[in-house]
Amino acid sequence: MARITYIAADGAARTIDVDDGVSLMEAAVANGVPGIDGDCGGNCACATCHVHVAPEWLAAAGARSEMEAAMLEFADGVTADSRLACQIAASPALDGMVVRTPASQH
Amino acid sequence: MATRAIDFAALNDGEPPHLAAARAQAYATPLETLDLLDTDLWTGDTHWPWFERLRDESPIHYHAGGGFGPYWSVTRYADIMAVDTDHVRFSSDAHLGGITAKDMDADFILPMFIAMDPPKHDVQRKAVSPIVSPGNLAFLEQLIRERAQAIFDNLPVGETFDWVDRVSIELTTQMLATLFDFPWEDRRLLTYWSDKATADETVPGNPTKQEREAIMLECLVYFTKLWNERVNAPEPGNDLVSMLAHNPATRNMIPMEYLGNLILLIVGGNDTTRNSITGGLQFMMANPSEWAKLKANPALVDSAVSEIIRYQTPLAHMRRTALTDVEMGGKTIRKGDRVVMWYVSGNRDERAIPEPNRFWIDRPRVRQHLSFGFGIHRCVGNRLAELQLKIVWQEILKRYPEGIEIMGPPTRVASAFVKGYSSLPVRIPA
Ligand code: HEM
Ligand code: FES
Repeated sequence: MARITYIAADGAARTIDVDDGVSLMEAAVANGVPGIDGDCGGNCACATCHVHVAPEWLAAAGARSEMEAAMLEFADGVTADSRLACQIAASPALDGMVVRTPASQH
Repeated sequence: MATRAIDFAALNDGEPPHLAAARAQAYATPLETLDLLDTDLWTGDTHWPWFERLRDESPIHYHAGGGFGPYWSVTRYADIMAVDTDHVRFSSDAHLGGITAKDMDADFILPMFIAMDPPKHDVQRKAVSPIVSPGNLAFLEQLIRERAQAIFDNLPVGETFDWVDRVSIELTTQMLATLFDFPWEDRRLLTYWSDKATADETVPGNPTKQEREAIMLECLVYFTKLWNERVNAPEPGNDLVSMLAHNPATRNMIPMEYLGNLILLIVGGNDTTRNSITGGLQFMMANPSEWAKLKANPALVDSAVSEIIRYQTPLAHMRRTALTDVEMGGKTIRKGDRVVMWYVSGNRDERAIPEPNRFWIDRPRVRQHLSFGFGIHRCVGNRLAELQLKIVWQEILKRYPEGIEIMGPPTRVASAFVKGYSSLPVRIPA
């Protein structure tokens, strides 16, 4: 399990216990975290689960796959710390991780 | 699987007679003779049972015959997702045939980024995507609302009129004219070009290939004038023509490439949204309990809009060309083969979507439909389309609590690509 904190565009924070293997997108959608849509159901195919990972957690979150990088090309406001939340699965190594969600997903 | 036909018919006792007859025929005909590009299936709305059969019996199906050459049909949700997200093995390139089951004419290739592979696709897509940035959408919202209000304010009450012409076309054409900053009084030219660009020349009454190409070139001439007016402006305007003219990735396009991208934006932004506005009205009025739900809880409008777009599926398919041999569902798709992803079928696949034939405005996971495609070509304009539909329904809710009467069946477009309507008679109750 990992405790993940999602910080919305307006600064409001939500912390959720996410079971191992569950993606940060699924957990966010299941708990109504604003700013994450997940239109493709986690297939790395819509880029509506874009998050910014806090710098100290970037390494633990792992590297982007080629497809993830391709999809991020077209998301709004992408930066070096951008990831697709459906491509990050919770594990004990991510316990305490912080991600920021954008105001809206495009 | 013959039992399936009987089971399904039993489940659908409210089914319209034309579908019952089509189902009987579909299950009595060998699949080998099926050509899904036959426009009768689309004007008559009789394709549904064929897709049902393909999903069950031959989900990766080879059509050896067919008017436009052999092709594969991919009909299940998961398989469509797999093809759409595999741009490495499945190409969109216009020179290989492009993105519709019917090949792009080799002697009139219109390069457009929907029919390109990376890396060129990527840079051109980025050149136009600022038009739908969150900031610009917020700006457009106010404008769309005012226009929608003006359109609704001028509709006749107590008399029959054509919803397609008076509402769906008018609203989406106004939107498009704004995106291009197009001369306002000429805006119906955009509708005309949009309709002609996708008109199948084998359908009687449509322009011939030569006529269509001449119409497309008229469009190019008109837009070249706009380009020339805008390309040297010190401050680039906030419209699509200026964006193309000022972006390094697109400012040196050859004329046919400019035309191609114009057609993409005109068709993409026009027919699709238009047909969702028309389809949505029919679905809502045919399902009084869903309409009642929406009236009782207007916050359902976002969800209702997604369901309308799934249920309509304004583009019935997208096509790819295999760049290598690919094994799928026990079949071997050969390098060079046409592969047609039938979104219209995947959106009714009971393996992925519960009760897929039910119009259900607050269904679970309502956004997970195929209508906008998935992967790197996923619709750029999806949020703008949703915004337009949302405003339409908010205005309908405000004005017509008793609904709008559907006075007769719609006329459907003769196309296996653009799934839409050319007319729908309606009446606003006095
Ligand atoms: C309900 C309305 C709409 C539907 C159903 C729709 C559907 C689609 C589909 C199926 C694709 C191809 C996806 C793929 O190959 O995976 C697409 C791409 C595209 N659409 Fe839309 N569309 C709609 C509205 C719009 C609007 C309003 C615009 C313009 C503002 C637009 C512009 C585009 C463009 C430019 C592409 C090409 C994207 C690329 O190749 O990267 N669409 N659309
Ligand atoms: S949910 Fe679609 S890319 Fe993550």
